[in-house]
Amino acid sequence: MPTTVRVECTINDETREFLCEPRQSLLECLRDVLGLTGTKEGCNDGNCGSCTVMMDGRIVPSCLVLGVESQGSEITTIEGVARGSELHPLQTAFLESAALQCGICTPGFIVAAKALLDRNPRPDEHEIRLWLANNLCRCTGYDKIIRAVQQAAATLQEAK
Amino acid sequence: MHAFEYANPTTLKDALALLGNRWGDADVLAGGTDILSLMKDEVYVSKRLVNIKNIKELGGISMSRGALRIGAGATLEQLIENAEIRKSFPSLAAAARGVASPQIRNIGTVGGDLCQRPRCWYYRGGNGLLAKGANGRPLVPNGENKYHAIFGHEGGAYFVSPSSLGPALVALDAKIKLASASGTREVEAAKFFVAPASDTARETALLPNEIVTEILVPAGMRNATYEVREKQALDWPLATASVALQMKGNSVASAKVVLGHVAPTPWLAAAAGQALSGKSLSDSTIAEAADAAVQGAKPLSQNKYKVQLARVAVKRALTEIARGRA
Ligand SMILES: Cc1cc2nc3c(=O)[nH]c(=O)nc-3n(C[C@@H](O)[C@@H](O)[C@H](O)COP(=O)(O)OP(=O)(O)OC[C@H]3O[C@@H](n4cnc5c(N)ncnc54)[C@H](O)[C@@H]3O)c2cc1C
Ligand code: FES
Ligand code: FES
Repeated sequence: MPTTVRVECTINDETREFLCEPRQSLLECLRDVLGLTGTKEGCNDGNCGSCTVMMDGRIVPSCLVLGVESQGSEITTIEGVARGSELHPLQTAFLESAALQCGICTPGFIVAAKALLDRNPRPDEHEIRLWLANNLCRCTGYDKIIRAVQQAAATLQEAK
Repeated sequence: MHAFEYANPTTLKDALALLGNRWGDADVLAGGTDILSLMKDEVYVSKRLVNIKNIKELGGISMSRGALRIGAGATLEQLIENAEIRKSFPSLAAAARGVASPQIRNIGTVGGDLCQRPRCWYYRGGNGLLAKGANGRPLVPNGENKYHAIFGHEGGAYFVSPSSLGPALVALDAKIKLASASGTREVEAAKFFVAPASDTARETALLPNEIVTEILVPAGMRNATYEVREKQALDWPLATASVALQMKGNSVASAKVVLGHVAPTPWLAAAAGQALSGKSLSDSTIAEAADAAVQGAKPLSQNKYKVQLARVAVKRALTEIARGRA
């Protein structure tokens, strides 16, 4: 029997406790152990960004972090981006700009784009494209996604 | 991925005690951006991973006594964010900035960048480090070798050293500090990287019971890195050049020109350094150095284009210094 480890961390502002094997990635723990299936698996090796989550204030590929490594950390997943039923401006912009088709890449894009707008509220197009270089989309094409991020940035600026 | 034991020491001493004398009995886990993908693909198997991220003494970046000290556990993003590095070591900042993406740089460490395994697709496909076929013949020379070495492959290692920081550290005469349970040692960056002669050898001087603890980089040299790549981000460089110049007034007292992603180690282009020695930087001396840098290249069937890319990388890295941009 493989040994399991008890892990305690904060996910979307809630204290969570779970058991996992050392070999399980944070991505697997989120989806299969904790039922937080918003975070998606694409490549499982750091290339596609669909598994992007915030960990201690930085975006990370959750497929390359072990579940056991999240002990004591603060994690935000796509489930923590909306405030109750009120969508984040990025989520609204993705819907309005039709910046998604199958949607597998979308949670990763939104979590990564939110981290960008939190530190740089007025990124230019080049900065957005560079920041999101590790987020791949095989259906929508990138233009609509970039426009959605620009639109969300504008909405957030107006709200200030 | 096979099951493994996970250890999470908080001191270097405890971490060293958890390592063994054979690779695979125990291995260091830093950011995990390389070793975890190798283990998921079962190209590499380890019985125990020793997480070193919670060891405070391995972190931090500071200047002391004329040298930059980079803790092996510092992340690539911390390297880029460091004002001293951006100002005095633009070569390192540029190399780090070129790595992948914010996601990878947020967890990928400096020590891991130096010790990561080759990206050669034959190796990653399970054909061993030297990529030999069933009959023992090397697969690369007549295979898909577009991204392989154009220098230094005589010993049978055709992959290119993947480390983006390697060439910059070699050019800057950095020293790499290693610790084991029985003591510490210091290795020049140029000697840290080695072309393995067998499938079981490694690409660095690191031993299975050692941890890279810090990197020391002397200050005072003008330096720059230029990378040529297909895309602006999330892409491995095709060829890079890192240069470090000791200036005397307007002329170059001594120069190190190191090519990256063209050989199984960072590749010191000694002739290019000599070509610059005693001269001032001008379009013509720069062009001569760039030509000298690629002399003796031995491209494979699909990668002759890399010779020109390496030449251009040298030219542009030196031009950045000449124009005062680095
Ligand atoms: C999509 C993608 C793109 C990438 N692009 C680039 C690129 O352009 N350039 C580049 O250089 N890299 C690139 N990388 C590789 C990336 O893995 C490294 O840059 C990263 O710095 C590795 O650090 P880590 O801490 O994650 O290493 P880990 O995966 O934790 O470790 C890598 C290896 O080093 C050993 N190790 C780690 N730290 C130490 C230490 N202190 N002492 C002894 N051994 C140690 C481990 O045992 C392991 O064998 C890319 C990776 C991905 C996934
Ligand atoms: S699933 Fe993690 S980067 Fe693709
Ligand atoms: S919408 Fe399908 S991958 Fe982006």
